[in-house]
Amino acid sequence: MKSKKHIVISILLLIVFGALGFLLTKDYKPFKFGLDLVGGTELVYKADTSKVDNVADAMNSLKEVIERRVNMFGVSEPIVQTESAGIVSGNKEERLIVELPGVTDIDEAVALIGQTPVLEFRLQKANAAEITKANPNATIDDVFTSTGLTGRYLSRATVEFDPNTQAPLVGLLFNDEGTDLFSKITTENKGQILAIILDGNVLSAPVIQDAITNGKAQITGGFTALEAKELVRNLNYGALPVPIALSTSQTIGASLGVSALDAGVRAGEIGFIALAIFLILWYRLPGLIATVALVSYIILSLWVFKIIPVTLTAAGLAGFILSIGMAVDANVLIFERTKEELKKGKSIYESLHEGFSRAWLSIRDSNVSSIITAIVLFWLGTSAVKGFALTLGLGVLISMFTAISVSRTFLFAIAPRGDSGFKRFLFSNGFHIK
Amino acid sequence: MFVVKYRKIFFALSALLLALSFYGMFTYGFDLSIDFKGGTLTEVKYSDVPPTLDELNTKISALDLGGFSVRPSGASNFIIRTKELSQNERDALTQAINGPTASSTIERQNTIGPVAGAELKSKAMKAVAVVVLMIMLFITFAFRKVSKPVSSWKFGFATIVALAHDVIIPTGIFVFLGHFKGIEIDLLFVTGLLAILGYSVHDTIVVFDRVRENLKINRDTNNKEEFETTVGKSVAQTFGRSINTSLTIFITLLALFLVGSGATKDFAFLLIVGIIVGTYSSIFVASPLLVTFQKLAR
Repeated sequence: MKSKKHIVISILLLIVFGALGFLLTKDYKPFKFGLDLVGGTELVYKADTSKVDNVADAMNSLKEVIERRVNMFGVSEPIVQTESAGIVSGNKEERLIVELPGVTDIDEAVALIGQTPVLEFRLQKANAAEITKANPNATIDDVFTSTGLTGRYLSRATVEFDPNTQAPLVGLLFNDEGTDLFSKITTENKGQILAIILDGNVLSAPVIQDAITNGKAQITGGFTALEAKELVRNLNYGALPVPIALSTSQTIGASLGVSALDAGVRAGEIGFIALAIFLILWYRLPGLIATVALVSYIILSLWVFKIIPVTLTAAGLAGFILSIGMAVDANVLIFERTKEELKKGKSIYESLHEGFSRAWLSIRDSNVSSIITAIVLFWLGTSAVKGFALTLGLGVLISMFTAISVSRTFLFAIAPRGDSGFKRFLFSNGFHIK
Repeated sequence: MFVVKYRKIFFALSALLLALSFYGMFTYGFDLSIDFKGGTLTEVKYSDVPPTLDELNTKISALDLGGFSVRPSGASNFIIRTKELSQNERDALTQAINGPTASSTIERQNTIGPVAGAELKSKAMKAVAVVVLMIMLFITFAFRKVSKPVSSWKFGFATIVALAHDVIIPTGIFVFLGHFKGIEIDLLFVTGLLAILGYSVHDTIVVFDRVRENLKINRDTNNKEEFETTVGKSVAQTFGRSINTSLTIFITLLALFLVGSGATKDFAFLLIVGIIVGTYSSIFVASPLLVTFQKLAR
């Protein structure tokens, strides 16, 4: 018997969703909430990558450096990510996004990241003297050419002392890549001046006497012992491979975040209950099934949010609540169609069959348009919009499964073979009595 | 079906609303938030008796930060909008708005550079255009098998008119709200518009799908029926479900609007307006338009 199969699957589904729902209440894998719901600071930096060849590489090491730095300050669960903006709009801009949950003092947060020094090695141009003579305000870029050797190739910095004068020095040791690059630069440009530039200031500008192949260099900048020590510390924590500038910052107080989260959850609960009442009153037995399918939709979605994980923001929650309303759309279309077939005098079983198969086309077409919208929204994406797009898009996909497959299985499991007036009433809806 | 028969009345109603929206856009302009023009937004919360709006205005204007606006938010919060502030200016602002009768805490502070804002603005407009175009292409594709008596791109075009309708009227309403209530056009607003686009087309598809089906039945049964009658029949058959699918969303949105967080209140309101306008346009604009197109082609 066909309905026997549906009954077995239905029971299995109920057990699975019951278990999933139960596990949801246990804190196996916590939800990830956005800063606007837990409070914290988000900083968006624009990275100047005009001087680097391998942008992706430089951004990666920039990310690592900032991560090290943020971790050092003991912020819990910071997020550091890079973003390539404007691929479509043409002007390629590289961004670094730093999210610091719990940090609500923006100055502290900016300072925490901003202190990272940018160290560069640059060759002085042959006509440097003329340039500075002609233009006393000549910038570093005017006088020096980039060599590509920067702080990202540094393996370690140490405080040293000049054996003759006892003046403090900063000793640098490059990593393998840096050693090769440094050796190449010093071999090819013997006799030229290689300036060591920190945060745009020339620290020292020694003449290259000989090729240096061991990857070691020294900065003699007339440091005091304390300055040398600070510089070494900053260099070791990470010199930035590319300069960055703060373009956007956002701080949200913890209390504001918590109340936004509570309000969002409450709105979801009330919305669900009101929706369930409507479904059951208007669509009767199928409405009850749709409500069960909706519960399974909510359980599945929440699990997907946990597993991916989707960062839930206020807008993301709104998207999810909206998707709860949209998830039952397919059910509404199916049940209305079923009623039409019942009116034509078909049996309950046949009508349900027709309802599902005839409504499918319009369900498919309208969901495709929602997915198109979600994809474009995701592309538009700052974090708030991305959260909305993701919950909306996932919602459409998951609801296709729950509203169609799950509710179909349940309905056919309970669909009666016989056709009494009362049974027909149960499967019809609205003001239609028979 | 009265919807198709009296379509000119409904077209006129839509035209009136559209005209009002354009009137609002051109006379009041868009009140853009810092998302799009850059600047700093500071929300401050007072623990005791908050200062009056006038007191705050005087204090902030003493800082000489250029143009700014202060808007009360809730019982003890104020939202202050200024140009993009440097660290020193931020500190000065925090100092100035603190006390004397109540201590203050900065609830949130957003700073967006003018470049980032401008970029987002162009991206947002592109996003709306891309969604509209993609949906039109999709509808044209989905209805490609329909050719008589109206070609499939006309289904797509009618959808676009309805979509434009659904974007312009809520925007118009928000322009009026912006002028009288200080609601700003921010990124969430654009997000909402895009969500309306994606949703409004649902209802349109439901009706069009039925038109498609009825045309096929007529063909199979060799039933010579006026296109106008077919569309009217299709609208009548799907009327209930168009309303009900919107109603389910309306219910959840209403909950979001009434008890949801302040951050998404305006957003929920926009969506509610959008759902209502979108449902209206699917039934009263998009489908009757098909008939108009078919009559024009003859």
